[in-house]
Amino acid sequence: MQLDSRVPSGPIEKAWENYKFEMKLVNPANKRKYNIIVVGSGLAGGSAAATMAELGYNVKCFCFQDSPRRAHSIAAQGGINAAKNYQNDGDSIFRLFYDTVKGGDFRAREANVYRLAQISVDIIDQCVAQGVPFAREYGGTLANRSFGGAQVSRTFYARGQTGQQLLLGAYQALERQVDAGKVEMIPRTEMLDLVVVDGKARGIITRNLITGKIEAHVADAVVLGTGGYGNVYYLSTNAKGSNATAIWRAHKRGALFANPCFTQIHPTCIPVSGDYQSKLTLMSESLRNDGRIWVPKKQGDKRAPAQIPEAERDYYLERRYPSFGNLVPRDVASRNAKAVCDEGRGVGESGLGVYLDFADAIQRLGKATIVERYGNLFEMYERITGENPYELPMRIYPAIHYTMGGLWVDYQLMSTIPGLFVIGEANFSDHGANRLGASALMQGLSDGYFVLPYTIGNYLASTKLEKVTTSLPEFCAAENGVAEMTKRLLSIRGNRTVSSFHRELGKLLWDHCGMSRNEAGLKEGIQKIVSLREDFWKNVNVLGSGEELNQALEKAGRVADFFELGELMCRDALDRNESCGGHFREEYQTPEGEALRDDVNYSYVAAWAYPAVLHKEPLTFDYVHPSQRSYK
Amino acid sequence: MNLTLHVWRQKNATDKGRMTTYAAKGVNPEMSFLEMLDVLNEELTMKGEDPIAFDHDCREGICGSCGFMINGVAHGPLPKTTVCQLHMRHFKNGDKLYLEPWRASAFPVLKDLVVNRSAFDRIIASGGYVSVPSGSAPDGNAIAIPKQDSDRAMDSAQCIGCGACVAACPNASAALFTGAKIHHLGMLPQGQPERKKRALRIVAQANAELFGSCTNIGECEAVCPKGINLEVIAAMNRDFLRASWSARPDAVVAE
Repeated sequence: MQLDSRVPSGPIEKAWENYKFEMKLVNPANKRKYNIIVVGSGLAGGSAAATMAELGYNVKCFCFQDSPRRAHSIAAQGGINAAKNYQNDGDSIFRLFYDTVKGGDFRAREANVYRLAQISVDIIDQCVAQGVPFAREYGGTLANRSFGGAQVSRTFYARGQTGQQLLLGAYQALERQVDAGKVEMIPRTEMLDLVVVDGKARGIITRNLITGKIEAHVADAVVLGTGGYGNVYYLSTNAKGSNATAIWRAHKRGALFANPCFTQIHPTCIPVSGDYQSKLTLMSESLRNDGRIWVPKKQGDKRAPAQIPEAERDYYLERRYPSFGNLVPRDVASRNAKAVCDEGRGVGESGLGVYLDFADAIQRLGKATIVERYGNLFEMYERITGENPYELPMRIYPAIHYTMGGLWVDYQLMSTIPGLFVIGEANFSDHGANRLGASALMQGLSDGYFVLPYTIGNYLASTKLEKVTTSLPEFCAAENGVAEMTKRLLSIRGNRTVSSFHRELGKLLWDHCGMSRNEAGLKEGIQKIVSLREDFWKNVNVLGSGEELNQALEKAGRVADFFELGELMCRDALDRNESCGGHFREEYQTPEGEALRDDVNYSYVAAWAYPAVLHKEPLTFDYVHPSQRSYK
Repeated sequence: MNLTLHVWRQKNATDKGRMTTYAAKGVNPEMSFLEMLDVLNEELTMKGEDPIAFDHDCREGICGSCGFMINGVAHGPLPKTTVCQLHMRHFKNGDKLYLEPWRASAFPVLKDLVVNRSAFDRIIASGGYVSVPSGSAPDGNAIAIPKQDSDRAMDSAQCIGCGACVAACPNASAALFTGAKIHHLGMLPQGQPERKKRALRIVAQANAELFGSCTNIGECEAVCPKGINLEVIAAMNRDFLRASWSARPDAVVAE
């Protein structure tokens, strides 16, 4: 398959502007004749649904939570980047673009990233106007903080709850459109299939999670803003309900899945405490602004942190990367934490942890400043661990946090199925092999407020769409397929719970396709996943019926998809014989243990067709020349 | 440690519902409350019994999905803590715990500990926003906002919409929730143009949803996991009164 990224020609600074002029427009009076389905109500889906309704389209928006305000974007803590250069410290659109392409280890599409950097400034303006209470200086201007992978201060924040405040802004805009009758909001409803008619996305099949009713919905275009698939690992920082079902079922209907093995491990999470653990909790990367990361120099040093004198501590990030220090990008910080723990220098009971120490910062800035900057994060840490981080250093360890991979989209955010658009974390587009901190919120809102509302108009204006109804055979077949799968899951009544399968799958992936990977491990992982999947379909135990609120049934469908996706992740990781960003293949590293990219053979987007057929979109770099990333 | 749980079981919205007793054995003090229920649910499933349904998602105390009464207290005994962030180290061996859903006619029970809180969405839809279509915003630094105003707006904006305030209130009033939104937007220059209309419409919608009136009892503030201050209710009352006297008839009030 020839993948056409549809990047506009001409200089990159003008590409988006030129595109906006060249695209076809839908006349304002005609917009109300189009029906658009948006699945997901997070930063991407919520902002897109609100904006398209403002433009005049009829929007149906679905979410599985009980309210659109609960989408997992709400949990983002640290901030959102924008090239405002309010700090007068040398930031610019080009610098944000450069940092993002480099941070992504040269595996993202330049034109998309440039557009993202351009739009970043408009997002801040929009959110401020909505009443998002960003942090401010005493003079009343917006405040900024620094984040990993950048040497300028360009991150806007609202205490440690930036995602919450941005999402509430988008949610309120969405509810305003619900009130205006332009958005029909359908919560507690899950998309279980995509309907393709004449090669175009024309609707979805959903299940009402309260009544179990399976329904078909028709549209002129379908937008997926359903987030990432980090929960394939069972333990991640994702919300318990976050899942890949919408994108995976769209993939099975023909949408290519790009770079599935690019997963991000966040370096600062609270370590695992036991087998019952249901999820991992992130401690914002912003903590690395003031916290210093260290482990004892000696192996197996079990002394309390205060008993370890300064000379016997190894501030390994500051030592290895003097210019970025504790603010190296996430992939680098995570790998280094794993390395020191593998050497037997990890801290805490399990030995899987490193210290994040605020003692110096408290001495330098005073406790009051630290409370103001990180108070809620410190409270959360204490609530979970029972330890007071003002007195004892925090213990942290890396955890799965974000997935750079996702459905393949072109410059217009359209997948390989015409009429199916994918936005936010659900697509693969802007972060390459590693996402920089505070860039996910930026991308979700960029796609939703400012990109998709334009590009979807171009599609609708330039496409002939026949009238369709839910009585078409395509709809009936999809609906029957969903009902069949529900029936099948309920009829097995085996001897293991859904969660126990999920936990085992997650462990398999973490061991074989986690922070570092190798050929033998990946091959073994694939075999184990395939046999565990067979066992799942023979032995899973889902009680109850399909006609009621049945949380185990919901989970079972999602885990069934995770099994297939997990296998594809391993295949993709096996195919990519290089190390880049979050994908670290042990066979490919420099003598100092840094990732060794292979630009000659792997400078492409790996876009997989179902089942596991590889297509490639070559990447070219005209503005940022690929070099080995150095943060030394 | 071992606990006895008395849990509200209700098959669906029309079922009458009843308390059922379970033994939670070998509970690890490091577990969260919901993890303790996860383990119990696994056991129930293997015994062929319907697991206990409860809402939850982020398990970081920010999404607002989770919440139920533990021994009559919304989100349980720890202040400023959602039930997902409540850990078992705060309980002791032999404790008897009564778990019940939020009780309010505006929050009908859907199953077990799961209630329908969509009334909150309708309240926000009635006026909990600033009308600013995408693309129409001035530069973010165009209006300087005093830090203390922005900080106070943030204090109220932190509301997670969990509904604990309603569940704790003997009147089932939503005043802490509605007040938080009215105060958040009312503290900021961006919220001024629609300030009166917002107060009128939100209060009317809360009444229409059959939430009770506020009589300044303060249970809401005591259980709020985000520590939203009771003063937001005073702020709401001020805005509502002022708007009732002075708003022009075109400040549309919700049906």
